[in-house]
Amino acid sequence: MSIEISAKSIQPVRLSYGNLKERFGDKKPASRYQEAVYDIQPTTNFQYRPLWDKDHELYDPSKTAIVMEDWYSFADPRQYYYGTYTITRSKQQEVAEHNFAFVDKRDLFDSVPEAVKQQVREILVPLRHVEWAANMNNCQITGESVGSNFSTLGMFNAMDRLGMAQYVTRIGLLIDGNEETAIDAAKEAWMEAPEWQGLRHAIEDMFVLDDWFELMIAQNFVLDGLIFPLLYDRFEKKITIEGGATVAMLTEFMDDWYKETVRWTNTLAKVTAKESEANQELLTTWVNKWADRLTSAMEPIAVKAFGSDGINQLAEVKEELLNRLTKNGVTGLKRS
Amino acid sequence: MPAKKLNLRKRYELLTRGMGWETTYQKMDDVFPYDSFEGIKITDWDKWEDPFRLTMDAYWKFQAEKEKKLYAVIDSFAQNNGQTNLSDASYLSAIKLFITGVTPIEYAAHRGFANLGRHFRGDGARVACQMQAIDELRHQQTQVHTISHYNKHFNGLHDPFYQFDRVWYLSVPKSFAEDAMTAGPFEFITSISFAFEYVLTNLLFVPFMSGAAYNGDMATVTFGFSAQSDESRHMTLGLEIIKFMLEQHEDNLPIVQRWMDKHFWRAYRLLALVAAMQDYMLTNSPMSWKEAWDVYFVENGGALFEDLSRYGLRMPKYHELATAEAEHVSHQVWSVFCSLGNATGFHTFLPTEEKMAWLSEKYPDTFDKYYRPRFEYWAKQKEEGTFEYQKGLPQLCQICQIPMIFTEVQTDPMQISYRVTEHGGDKYHFCSDGCKDIFEHEPEKYVQAWLPVHQIFQGNCGGPTLPEVLEWYKFAPEDSGDYIGSQDHARWQEWKGADKKVKEA
Repeated sequence: MSIEISAKSIQPVRLSYGNLKERFGDKKPASRYQEAVYDIQPTTNFQYRPLWDKDHELYDPSKTAIVMEDWYSFADPRQYYYGTYTITRSKQQEVAEHNFAFVDKRDLFDSVPEAVKQQVREILVPLRHVEWAANMNNCQITGESVGSNFSTLGMFNAMDRLGMAQYVTRIGLLIDGNEETAIDAAKEAWMEAPEWQGLRHAIEDMFVLDDWFELMIAQNFVLDGLIFPLLYDRFEKKITIEGGATVAMLTEFMDDWYKETVRWTNTLAKVTAKESEANQELLTTWVNKWADRLTSAMEPIAVKAFGSDGINQLAEVKEELLNRLTKNGVTGLKRS
Repeated sequence: MPAKKLNLRKRYELLTRGMGWETTYQKMDDVFPYDSFEGIKITDWDKWEDPFRLTMDAYWKFQAEKEKKLYAVIDSFAQNNGQTNLSDASYLSAIKLFITGVTPIEYAAHRGFANLGRHFRGDGARVACQMQAIDELRHQQTQVHTISHYNKHFNGLHDPFYQFDRVWYLSVPKSFAEDAMTAGPFEFITSISFAFEYVLTNLLFVPFMSGAAYNGDMATVTFGFSAQSDESRHMTLGLEIIKFMLEQHEDNLPIVQRWMDKHFWRAYRLLALVAAMQDYMLTNSPMSWKEAWDVYFVENGGALFEDLSRYGLRMPKYHELATAEAEHVSHQVWSVFCSLGNATGFHTFLPTEEKMAWLSEKYPDTFDKYYRPRFEYWAKQKEEGTFEYQKGLPQLCQICQIPMIFTEVQTDPMQISYRVTEHGGDKYHFCSDGCKDIFEHEPEKYVQAWLPVHQIFQGNCGGPTLPEVLEWYKFAPEDSGDYIGSQDHARWQEWKGADKKVKEA
């Protein structure tokens, strides 16, 4: 039996904000994602030039060589606005928290072979610096980008990276019974050990890039496209076989995060490349430049992680990345 | 071996500090190019005290809980047509001013803090700014969602962000926000976190949010409560940055004091719009602007500056004038809106007898003497059908961009306060010594101002006639003018009439 609750029905005079009506028509109400991120950023009649960048206006589209007729032709396939973003991450952190507590309570690291723990200290724990850098780079993208859809995306990504840097730090603490030895050693390796210097050099060069979209490609497409599959996926699988399944429990967040992130990088590649040949060429140039540079930088780390198979593993990961980008419209990529 | 326990402070430190490093392949000055040109000297960033210790996992968890509650209320408000429970639909003018004038500042703050979150050299300070950057984004987005339902049922809320870039009175908040964003990072944070959030935020937040509570606007008041814990974080950051700068080097004091003077005055002028909202747009007012000023600035602000005097910081310049003006500004600003009510994106209305009685009580020294006669005169004209909106465009102050409506309240309240200075052979006009000082310190910056009235005269705003300008603003005819007789008013009466019939049946 169905019952009918009588309620006052009031006809609305419009279904969405004017900008959304122009973009999507007014047949149905706009989504919360659309309301939250479209056309919020000022675009004209700026009052003053920045004291710190007199060559540009605020929100100046010419801060990147990429040209888009409409910067809002890109939409986040995850449709994240602040509410959906925090609610999703909150669920993920609950799982992570549970896993950390479980490992801690059962002293699970005691059962991990010392050789595996040492690999974690040397390969995974230094990644807290890499995530920290990714946080800075995505903050840079948030500040420099054009359009509130991009600044929203950049902001969430920046905070994700801070969160992951913190999870890696907690692994570093947990592995040594909350002593700081592992994170201190990782910092020293990051600053001094030869195998990390290529990557640190490349990352410091990324810090001073002028073009925020190039930074987007270098960080969120290429570097992440190498590190996450290689170290959070393949390396985890390798140490799981060697008795380190405990570690995989603690990096589940990163694994899930990357699978989710690929969805928007794919869309962004597709939309940007499709816009014009000039954009397409820029993407190709930047992907080639950073894929070369970062693959070389990662080689000693791959060797440290996988031994003699490292170069091969890295080459496969790079191949997957280039294939995926090609499939999403970035053509002419250089294969080694 | 049982793991040793880390105390929260130590744990937080390990989770935020030490992940950054002294770069060696690139110079630190190239990686952080913007944090020295303002002259602020920082000798040790590690002395930065984290104003709040939130790791990201905790942040996601707390904020998600708040979001779930907020959206449950917003959904229920829409489903049950909560707009019909307002005190009166004329109250919506306050919400129209809020979404066109305040929400875009939230977005600007998001971008500004993201910049600082990248460019401050200290790790702790960067993380604190990032937290604020994402909070500000939250406020912009939740405000758009909260007000979305009103946009479906009332006029004047349809294009807030487009209008922020163009409309004559919205250049007041826009120039305020862009002034801070175009300054260096330390000045930005002094402006937004300290002058605005710490010293003056209660004067923005309390009037709007208590106003919402007093007028049956459950959606906005829920947003207000939800944002409050974010705001208290932001205030803590505001105080920390000031103490940090002042403790780091004695040379910082005169710079910080000058910024304090400047941004206090800038933010205070912006709040003149809030004063008018509070005293005139709210059907039921929880407190007058003057009362709010006395509590939140004179008392609380006074205590704050007393506390800060140990660092050598004094009360902002011209604060006495601001206190004297508290008897006048709301009346002056509402008068200008009423006299230009054919060019506002919200409805204007003359105060009712009841409202005027309240104003007389709240402003015993000024309302009856200076302002009541004006409103009564206009009321009479409206009754007789002779009322006309002001013809011609007002002259704007070069800094705050408010029309020249403020008066010499300390000497002759009927005399317009008018200041002028020359720069590069041109004359620039100001509403006050506070605004004139700001110009004279940085004329190269403020000659750039995009002044709406100048722009209209130069033909950059849709055309030379008022209808053309209004069309360019995307103000539909039904968005402007008197509330009485408007579509909003008619719709309200229809709902209320329908209610009445149901009750009678």
